[in-house]
Amino acid sequence: MKQYLSLFRIRFINSLQYRATAYGGMVTQFFWGFMTLLLFRAFYKSGAADFPMEFSRLSSYIWLQQAFLTLFMIWYFDMDIFNSITSGNVAYELARPVDLYKMWFTKNVATRLSRATLRSFPILIVAALLPKPYGFSLPYSFTNFAMFLITAVLAFLIVMAFCMLVYISTFYTMSSLGVRIVAAALSDFLTGGIIPLPFLPDNVQRIIGLTPFASMQNLPFLIYSGHIAGAEMFRGIMLQVFWLAALVFIGRLWMNSALKRVVIQGG
Amino acid sequence: MIELRNINKTFKVARRNAGFGEALKALFRKEYTYIHALKDVTFTIGDGEMVGYIGPNGAGKSSTIKIMSGILNPDSGECIINGLTPWKNRKEHVRNIGVVFGQRSQLWWDVPVIDSFELIRDIYKVDEAVYRRNLDELVEMLDLAEIMRTPARQLSLGQRMRCEIAASLLHDPKILFLDEPTIGLDAVSKIAVRNFIRRINNERKTTVILTTHDMQDIEALTERILLIGKGRILLDGSLSELKKRNSEYRTITLEYSCGEFEEIHGITKQSQINGHAVFSVDTNIITVSDAIAHLSKNADITDISVVGASAEEMVVSLYEEFKI
Repeated sequence: MKQYLSLFRIRFINSLQYRATAYGGMVTQFFWGFMTLLLFRAFYKSGAADFPMEFSRLSSYIWLQQAFLTLFMIWYFDMDIFNSITSGNVAYELARPVDLYKMWFTKNVATRLSRATLRSFPILIVAALLPKPYGFSLPYSFTNFAMFLITAVLAFLIVMAFCMLVYISTFYTMSSLGVRIVAAALSDFLTGGIIPLPFLPDNVQRIIGLTPFASMQNLPFLIYSGHIAGAEMFRGIMLQVFWLAALVFIGRLWMNSALKRVVIQGG
Repeated sequence: MIELRNINKTFKVARRNAGFGEALKALFRKEYTYIHALKDVTFTIGDGEMVGYIGPNGAGKSSTIKIMSGILNPDSGECIINGLTPWKNRKEHVRNIGVVFGQRSQLWWDVPVIDSFELIRDIYKVDEAVYRRNLDELVEMLDLAEIMRTPARQLSLGQRMRCEIAASLLHDPKILFLDEPTIGLDAVSKIAVRNFIRRINNERKTTVILTTHDMQDIEALTERILLIGKGRILLDGSLSELKKRNSEYRTITLEYSCGEFEEIHGITKQSQINGHAVFSVDTNIITVSDAIAHLSKNADITDISVVGASAEEMVVSLYEEFKI
């Protein structure tokens, strides 16, 4: 365990160094969130009753999404891992007495967490100061806040486990670009990254609800604002636990078979 | 103890001719050829030995190293290293080995080298006291005190290589694999690295397996040589044996002010420019003193030197002999 903690530490410190990226990211995300809200405002003006969510809840959703972008967006891949596979540097990682799956998982968690640490709070604080209904509001209830924290952690781990599959696929495809673009585009839509899932038609929602994507950012954000409450929250957690276990299981199995056929080329 | 028995490895390689048409064709039907990178590779290396593993590019050196370090699965054959099969017991096995790939880096690019060292300490679960002792020793031997606090990206190649080698020895490995450790280094760094490798082998009794194209490395370091070509082990013997095979030839280099030379049976002229001439002498036919007497007959010689075959030449003649 200590190995992975130590890896986490060095990676976390390493990523904290990139301050300019963090400032840039903060401004971008704040601007992006603001534009999204203006867009939705135009729609809401034509008839707020047609929409499944109050505008203030939508605002909270958007601000959470922007603040924790680095935690929940699938497309926030760790380029180091792709590079180590394509360049063959993975040879060194294989020559260490560690589990490669756990090592990459840890590395990823550390990178994303350190990026989020720098960005999330400034965005949330500024957003909280905005006038109603554009600002970031307090959680729906104390229970919802507690559940938000639990589901957010699970959602983050599910995102990681999903990303692992994309990393492992690079062992087969050599260039990660194709898989990366498909995974990014699909997941952005299916996780509610473009528009929140409750805005989609009921049938579509029902189908997406069964995939791991609905268990990612969708669940904690909707719980925070109270769109999901009561027993439905527990059902959500059960589904999250199932998907986390399933994705990790598939990932480990796939990694093992990939490593059997791995060929480090050149040199 | 390292034992390899009948190790085979085949790679599938996509091949096509140049050109647009060929590229289009390859979209639908790719042609593959199979390359037998290793064919029945068998050898044994004892504890504390230092072995030079040589062969031309693409001969299978790196593949063998990768198999021995648990990174590559062979198609067939047995490999037992200190009682473990590398690709089956990867985690236990790699705990006891150190690897340096001269063309890759194991240091974290953006942080000072010492941070990488500490990470390696934690990954191998090295005892703090052991780590301290090893680190102090390595810092002293490789002169790392200053450069250790610099980020890896700002080190020169020679400095980085010293750090790489130190990084692979922090956990007291019993076996050290060095894949081209002196590639691209200047003369001073090369000598420093060589001295260090020799010391580690002497003092810690670490088994060292070294691949290189630099014959001076081989001459300076190893007593035993394994020659691999086209995936087969062609020769397994000592450097001095190898020298004996080539001992009938001497190279005579002359500086002269005037005069000319005449080739006779046993003396072959290799070059002659501006008062500088090189001859190769076959000592089975003519003795060195007779050759000198013959050459100095019609010329005014100012300087002369006689040398046996260098390791470089021996390897070239070996490659020629085995047609690899």
